[in-house]
Amino acid sequence: MVTCKDFLSELNEYLDGSVEAEARQELERHLSECPNCWVVCDTTKKTIQIYRGVDPYQIPTGVHDRLIAALHRRTRAV
Amino acid sequence: MIQRIGQTDGFDEAALVAQAQTGGEEAFTELVNRYEANIYRLARHITQNPEDAEDVLQETFLKAYEHLGDFQGNSKFYTWIVRIAVNQALMKLRKRKTDASVSLDDPYDTGEESLVREIAVWEPNPEQTYSQEEIRAILEKAVDSLPPTFRAVFALRDIEELSTEETAAALNLSIPAVKSRLLRARLRLREKLTRYFKRKGDDFFGYM
Repeated sequence: MVTCKDFLSELNEYLDGSVEAEARQELERHLSECPNCWVVCDTTKKTIQIYRGVDPYQIPTGVHDRLIAALHRRTRAV
Repeated sequence: MIQRIGQTDGFDEAALVAQAQTGGEEAFTELVNRYEANIYRLARHITQNPEDAEDVLQETFLKAYEHLGDFQGNSKFYTWIVRIAVNQALMKLRKRKTDASVSLDDPYDTGEESLVREIAVWEPNPEQTYSQEEIRAILEKAVDSLPPTFRAVFALRDIEELSTEETAAALNLSIPAVKSRLLRARLRLREKLTRYFKRKGDDFFGYM
């Protein structure tokens, strides 16, 4: 019997798809019976997806230019 | 979409690194172009500050250039510079936090903390109910609330998609420590985002 606590401790592996087939079935059985764990699993998955889909930290062009300038200064100095 | 390592076909990293090691400036610039966005993003995630992130980016590539001869090629060049960047970023944080009581270790990691507080279904497409700017601000604020090593683990595993082993090596942490921090980071971010993205009218608490 998988408890909510068991499920939570396996959540990473479950989301990353690194759980053995048999254990996966057990976890999925728990998910189908426990609405709370289903919500936690679903919203955690969406959290990761949203961070991957929206990049909050794109490199500004000025930053790239200054990096290249700094490297040139260094390579000239050597 | 975020550009990730390994998605470009025909990118011969080893050949570029070899050229750069024999003084090929153009080859090194090519490596910079290839990885600067990833390193900048990682530095922003860890330092949470644009000026610090820019410093970390410059220091990382200057150090990499300087020590290129030490790079053995038994790890990927990218993981090698990630390790340099993480060290620079953590050093920045240590310098910024002059208060000695602020530690980079995680006082939270007691194992007793309740990992899940709020359970609520999200709106079907929450990212469409906010502007791009608002979404960015929400995501940034949520990451900002995590302790530095949680941010680093989350950024390396979930944003840059490094393996658990590579993340452990870059952060000098054990594999179980990476796993536990990743779970806590993911669940805390989930908790923060739930406040914004939950379906209106749903509000139920209490779990386990």
